[in-house]
Amino acid sequence: MIPGAVREAVARDGERIVYVARERLLEAMTWLKETPGEQYNYLVDVTAVEFRDRERPIELVYFLRSLERRVDVRIKVELQPNEELVVDSVWGLWHGADWLEREVYDMFGITFRGHPDLRRILMWETYAEGYPLRKSFPLRGRFSRAEQVRQALNANPEAHYSLEELSIADAGGDLPEDMRERLRRGERGVIPEPPGP
Amino acid sequence: MSKRTLELELATPGVDAQGQPTRVPLTARPRPEQEPDLGGEHLLVNLGPQHPATHGVLRLVVELDGETVVRCIPHLGYLHSGFEKLGEYRHYNQIIPLTDRTDYLSPMSNNVGLALAAEKLMGIEITPRCTVLRVIACEMSRIISHMVWLGTTSIDLGAFTPFLWAFQQRERIYDLQEMWTGARLTTSLTRVGGLMADIPDTFVPKLREFTETFPKTLDEIDRVLTRNAVWAGRTQGVGALSAAEAINYSLSGPMLRASGVPYDVRKDKPYLDYETYDFDVVVGEHGDVYDRYLVRLEECYQSNRILRQALDRLPDGPINVDDPRVILPSKTRAMSDMEAMIFHFKQVMEGVKAPVGEAYVGIENPKGELGNYLVSDGTAKPVRWRIRPPSFINLSALPKMAEGHLLSDLIAINASVDIVMGEVDR
Repeated sequence: MIPGAVREAVARDGERIVYVARERLLEAMTWLKETPGEQYNYLVDVTAVEFRDRERPIELVYFLRSLERRVDVRIKVELQPNEELVVDSVWGLWHGADWLEREVYDMFGITFRGHPDLRRILMWETYAEGYPLRKSFPLRGRFSRAEQVRQALNANPEAHYSLEELSIADAGGDLPEDMRERLRRGERGVIPEPPGP
Repeated sequence: MSKRTLELELATPGVDAQGQPTRVPLTARPRPEQEPDLGGEHLLVNLGPQHPATHGVLRLVVELDGETVVRCIPHLGYLHSGFEKLGEYRHYNQIIPLTDRTDYLSPMSNNVGLALAAEKLMGIEITPRCTVLRVIACEMSRIISHMVWLGTTSIDLGAFTPFLWAFQQRERIYDLQEMWTGARLTTSLTRVGGLMADIPDTFVPKLREFTETFPKTLDEIDRVLTRNAVWAGRTQGVGALSAAEAINYSLSGPMLRASGVPYDVRKDKPYLDYETYDFDVVVGEHGDVYDRYLVRLEECYQSNRILRQALDRLPDGPINVDDPRVILPSKTRAMSDMEAMIFHFKQVMEGVKAPVGEAYVGIENPKGELGNYLVSDGTAKPVRWRIRPPSFINLSALPKMAEGHLLSDLIAINASVDIVMGEVDR
């Protein structure tokens, strides 16, 4: 029995779906990976689903596979849209979750606690329109075309690069407040002026 | 792999066994007692997004100590088109053109992946002829994708000739694709429940001719590269990942198999009756760039084998399922038969409704496992269409693989991942 399992279902393709309580996700995943006889050692994919019915919870879906036993299982966590979208990261179990969780964060705004480098991945870091795959996000974006063009031209993502930028990846959550403020404004990695004579 | 017994001794000209130069001009100043210490200061190099060796719009910020990569941070998203969001606003058949544009080096097999997922969701069984034709489409895609990979990777490492040979063969497949679908790149081959068209009469003899002559080119590439000292020196031991690391990073396809994990979706979770074909799963053992090259090269031979078997068994019969709710009636019938016209109208205006539920189908794409995950709420448009992008996930291991290698090796490692940015960014 998977720890934290709430209920089970079967998908239309015949796969087993197990719903797990949000608080016990990491426990369940560790159990699935390390218990002999389960050995789900391969993370296929991580994604999220938001339904058109806004009352329904957002589902976070993990596709697991046991390479030894050639068996798949789908683990789901339900997140109520009115509460904080936070869940534990499984990066410690599978490093493959690194970019997959970053993408879910980027597209749905779900935060993964304990992820070493939770930044936007497909959208640029100063993207201000929200989370594109949420149902509340209009197909053409929130801002007007003119505003989007203006912001895109000002974003200038590859104009500067610096050691500071590299250290952001390391620092993760514990950046100093003023640096975080500057990043939020989009001023990042500005090459410092050379010292005067 | 038995081919891997090559020992290299690259002699550096002008240097004796102790590393001292053999020819020193008479005017040379004596060597300083102590070389200046140049370590410690790291250099940042920005590679891309517009750089031929990043295979598209990938940007890498590389921290270098001398020529050694200390850290490599990929930046993505330059080609982000929001396909998954667009899919939520389209009927299932209207999504198929979007799949062409994800992994645009193997469009036909992407089409097949989506169609299989939609059919699983709707519970449709496709016809035997369609199954075999889809296998042909998948394996043709594998060959062209691996040919592009071989060509571009060899050019990245300075070998120009295999590039021309590979692209010549790729062009022959493109001719076949054009013959079948009318398009070279954006094929949109499949429909839910079938195909957009049957193959023309001249297709089978032309493809058979291709399968007979294509291995010759592979042999030539093999002869030129596999025992080539420069090729082996640039690729052996570069970017190696152990089997455990490859699994931990969720790698798939040739990247996973080169590390020695014998997982192939075609064998282990068969779709399109792949279990009835006779082919071998190619597995490497060192997990470096050289093994990835060997795996992909051998996979081309195996694809060729599958193509021959598929041509031999290609049955006659319809390509579309006999279900007026999912397959459009012919134009003549739609114009003369009342019922056919209603079905035509309903399909075009309302689309094909899928029952409530979800389905995931993973197929063995040339780059790795391409997953299509569809969630339906009973309407004709999916609530969520998720692509499991193989090259996106394979690329996520790049910083790990590049660590400690030379900058020039980073180019080789990046090439060996076989990324296509249309799919990475979607």
